[in-house]
Amino acid sequence: MKRIQTEILVIGGGATGTGVAWDAALRGFQTVLVEKRDLTHGTTGRYHGLLHSGARYVLKDADSAVECIRENRILRRTHAHCIEDTGGFFIVTPEDEDDYPDRFAAACRRLDIPCDEIPASTALRREPLLNPGVSRVFELPDAAADSFLAAHATAQAARQAGALLLPYHELTGLHLSGGDGNRAVSAAAVLDTVTGEELRIDADLVINAAGAWCGQVAALAGVEVNMILGKGVMLATNARLTNTVINRCKMPGDGDILVPIHTVSVIGTTDQQVSDPENLSIEQWEIDLMLTEGDKLVPGLSRSRILRAWAGVRPLYHEPPSSHESIHRPAPHPDRRASRLEAKPASPASRDATRALALLDHRQRDGLSGFITITGGKWTTFRLMAESAVDAACAQLGVSRPCHTAETPVPGVEQGHYWLGHRLDEVESENRQSELICECELVTRSMLEGAAQRNPTVTLDDLRRDVRLGMGPCQGGFCTYRAVGVLHQLRSDETATDAADWKVAHMQSPAHHHRDGGPPADGGPAEPAPAAQPEPRRPSPAIDPAAAVSQPNLLLRDFLQERWKGVVPILWGDQLRQERLDELIYLSILNADHLPADERQSPLSEFYRSGFSYPGSRLT
Amino acid sequence: MSQDSPPVAVMQSVPPNSVGISLNACIKCNICVSYCPVSEVTDSFPGPKYAAPQSERFREFGYPYFQDAAGSNPPAPGRGRVPDASVDYCSGCRVCNEVCPTGVRIAEINARARARIVAAEGLSLRNRLLGRSDLLGRVGSVAPALANALLHHPLSRRLAAVLFGVAEKAPLPRWHNETFSRWLKRTRSRRLRSERKVVYFHGCATQHYEPFVGMAAVLVLEHLGYEVVVPPQSCCGLPLLSNGEFSAAETYHRRNVAQFADYVQAGYPILGASTSCTLTLKEEAPELLDLEGDEGTQALKRNTWDIFEWLRERENQGQLPADLGSLNNGQEPFILPYHAPCQLRAHRIGKPALDLLALIPGIDLRESHARCCGIAGTYGLKSEKYQIAMDVGAELFDFAAAQADTSDPAVQGAVSFTACDSETCRWQLEHGAGLPSRHPIELLAASYGLYDLQARQPLNEN
Ligand SMILES: Cc1cc2nc3c(=O)[nH]c(=O)nc-3n(C[C@H](O)[C@H](O)[C@H](O)COP(=O)(O)OP(=O)(O)OC[C@H]3O[C@@H](n4cnc5c(N)ncnc54)[C@H](O)[C@@H]3O)c2cc1C
Ligand code: SF4
Ligand code: SF4
Ligand code: SF4
Repeated sequence: MKRIQTEILVIGGGATGTGVAWDAALRGFQTVLVEKRDLTHGTTGRYHGLLHSGARYVLKDADSAVECIRENRILRRTHAHCIEDTGGFFIVTPEDEDDYPDRFAAACRRLDIPCDEIPASTALRREPLLNPGVSRVFELPDAAADSFLAAHATAQAARQAGALLLPYHELTGLHLSGGDGNRAVSAAAVLDTVTGEELRIDADLVINAAGAWCGQVAALAGVEVNMILGKGVMLATNARLTNTVINRCKMPGDGDILVPIHTVSVIGTTDQQVSDPENLSIEQWEIDLMLTEGDKLVPGLSRSRILRAWAGVRPLYHEPPSSHESIHRPAPHPDRRASRLEAKPASPASRDATRALALLDHRQRDGLSGFITITGGKWTTFRLMAESAVDAACAQLGVSRPCHTAETPVPGVEQGHYWLGHRLDEVESENRQSELICECELVTRSMLEGAAQRNPTVTLDDLRRDVRLGMGPCQGGFCTYRAVGVLHQLRSDETATDAADWKVAHMQSPAHHHRDGGPPADGGPAEPAPAAQPEPRRPSPAIDPAAAVSQPNLLLRDFLQERWKGVVPILWGDQLRQERLDELIYLSILNADHLPADERQSPLSEFYRSGFSYPGSRLT
Repeated sequence: MSQDSPPVAVMQSVPPNSVGISLNACIKCNICVSYCPVSEVTDSFPGPKYAAPQSERFREFGYPYFQDAAGSNPPAPGRGRVPDASVDYCSGCRVCNEVCPTGVRIAEINARARARIVAAEGLSLRNRLLGRSDLLGRVGSVAPALANALLHHPLSRRLAAVLFGVAEKAPLPRWHNETFSRWLKRTRSRRLRSERKVVYFHGCATQHYEPFVGMAAVLVLEHLGYEVVVPPQSCCGLPLLSNGEFSAAETYHRRNVAQFADYVQAGYPILGASTSCTLTLKEEAPELLDLEGDEGTQALKRNTWDIFEWLRERENQGQLPADLGSLNNGQEPFILPYHAPCQLRAHRIGKPALDLLALIPGIDLRESHARCCGIAGTYGLKSEKYQIAMDVGAELFDFAAAQADTSDPAVQGAVSFTACDSETCRWQLEHGAGLPSRHPIELLAASYGLYDLQARQPLNEN
């Protein structure tokens, strides 16, 4: 069995885990991260897309609000290119209560969240589709954020600082050492889910950043962490309905946020407590609720074309009252006291559970050293979560090393905030129209090849997260077969270039891709030099001919299945017509359901097939 | 009723336009791509699917393509960057709209995208001039002979090409020595007075360059027993719309709505012989300018007819005089290659001119199935687009030439004219095929014995 030795082992490759790896590596810790699937396969890749200003939580969860606004300001600097500066409106619709807006504005002021009331007519002029019945509108520094790109950029920064990131590696066991009184986690058993190989990682300290799976990971250490799992359903529209993030100005509820993220608007979300973070069903009533509530923000949303539905699960944590003290909260804000005084039920429903981060130092809490859980929080607060987790790690390891992430931009920030038209602009100025593989999302062949060569590509879904392949109106109808062809060609003549010259920040950028893998054409500022030795290259499973997943047929089937999964719940109208055409292409012309794939499965085949129980459809 | 409402995927009442919303209907089938005549001949235009439903998702919705009523509609700071320039190569021929199985308003989405570029980046002097056909017309009509000498002198064409980018060889019209309105005024005493009235929309080309088309129309309508009312009127605004100047176009359009309001109220049909003017009144202006909810616009739209659309209606009612005569003394079949211009096809009324011309004794109609003549209004006049327009038109030119090719035994006689309903298309057709071209109304008037097809003037009246 292969063995790796490290100082800090991070479990989970979402926003939090990659953030922890980045922070720890920057502080000079030898760091390894394991993620059981692709980076952002968990909640991070299924979230709503909102860089919170904190305003949503001002009256309900002041702790979280304060964390959000602080991180909002920081991430705009450190992760600028992962953010579109859309701004946010909080709108008062005819249904919303009267005194909330004033209390809301006062609370924003108190918590130092910039909040300007603007005339409703101005808001309607800027967003013509907005509910014309809005009476008041507040403008706040909400923004849209690309969590895929952000995680990749953070991961790149972590690698440059010397961390080793292992996607498709699942933690299967934790080894404990010592007896009563000095029990400690000392090593982890890890499974390479592509090759089936096992691996042992000896670590001084393990940070559990497994999101909704934190309870399961903690259980491997014999520790009980009761997560409150709040499932949320979201729908994406075919094109943007607004260019500004729209929030209802009321106590947070279901379906009251509309986020413009890249080419689509996303309406969400619900909050249903579930027990299993893995197989999330999408129910008819949830879809209906999103459409009904969406109409209150943008009348007619329900009759617009809906592209897709998906669900994510919030990793919320609420410590039972007895052990309250061991929840560490960084840098208390004066206002916190007020919110602490509000009595909270012992086990609140997920909508009521705090969104503030939860740091569990298991040495204090459970007498188990070498183990820390960081959970709760928001995508918006991932950096802060990482900071407090690594602070706690320093304390346990008995060293004092300050955090640098707040002042350290990740690779790519020099591009500035992204904007909706950037891909089209680049395709146009470089005349790359004929290179498009995914026409809907403007993914060029070289973007695809670059991502496939540098990131593990076990399924095309991994490339979707990298470059937005198949995320447009045809939901893979026209790009799946092309992408499979490109990958097949790529794998038969292996031309993987050195990961060191790979600018992950440019992964989403048509202008920065050249078949020859040369330097970017813009001659832009050079990336900060890697702080430590480059990551040792291991053969990517994607280009390992022995790997079962190298089968193009399997890639094709997996991706069609994955796209289908998100379309089934919204199969009516325009999208139904689209799917009929896609069906004709894949089933009638390409006979995709009878392709020889040697009964092979990828680690995700099962996942794509399972997970939705969908009673009835709109058509019945 | 002049037309059915377009089959767009209307979301509901609140979105300001059905044009933008129609992009949701695209299923990426590529049918439009295989028909677009422009993308077929040039790499400068990536095609309808790319330019409209695809790129539109990358353009900021709600970014103003013209100033709002208050005079300003500034985008929020940092907003409204226009990402694509290639959309300017769409000629606006609407062939794509015709073939799209799901009703995406591709050409209109492109026109709006161009308008946003203009709103953001301003407009060249050339496009500003080309957009103002009425102004150009009026200036030249002051001293037509001088204007023609000046404009058509090879040296000035050279200069225009170098200075403004107006293609040296592109077909430009000649000012007529008498405008249509002046002819009407001069012949006032001879005009028919009747209880039954129609209103005529002449458009800029008839007013300044081809008044004889209007004369032919008046003669035919009077022959049917209708008094022809020609109120003061403005340009329909199409050249402005297709050059992306939406606010100027709106001014023109609103003026027309006001000028025709009383007649519309009184229930008079508004007829036009220029298929592009009538299409603009019926559809382009209301849709592109977000005026579909405007009552005056709606009323004008409902009352506007292509002249042959209206004549066909009379024929269906048995009201068309039957005294149609042969166009060449019945010697041999009168071979007439006919091209239905894109602008007419966009009316979705079939080909009414073809239906009526077929009634002319001894006529041998040869219908072109070419997609477009290439000119698309002012598109083919621009230096950078001239060759594209000629390449697009090749299909039509070849067709016309083949009908006239006397060396081919299958061709049964000489061809003296081609016919087409749109003025710019006729000019392009003449330029490309080297054959004189006529408006179908001229042929109909000639067939009624009212009009000299060769000299392009009324018979027995001057
Ligand atoms: C519907 C919804 C909408 C949201 N919207 C927003 C929003 O708009 N703005 C915002 O700021 N926040 C939002 N959030 C919250 C935010 O998405 C989450 O708080 C955040 O993404 C959590 O990131 P994470 O890294 O902690 O967890 P995850 O992203 O879930 O990462 C955990 C990772 O651990 C991996 N893992 C699990 N078990 C193992 C194992 N045994 N071995 C190895 N790896 C393992 C998983 O595969 C997963 O990738 C939303 C949440 C939901 C559910
Ligand atoms: S209007 Fe004509 S040129 Fe423009 S996209 Fe459609 S078919 Fe092509
Ligand atoms: S023809 Fe219509 S549906 Fe097909 S690709 Fe073109 S716009 Fe889309
Ligand atoms: S379309 Fe008609 S009215 Fe309009 S500009 Fe042309 S000629 Fe003038």
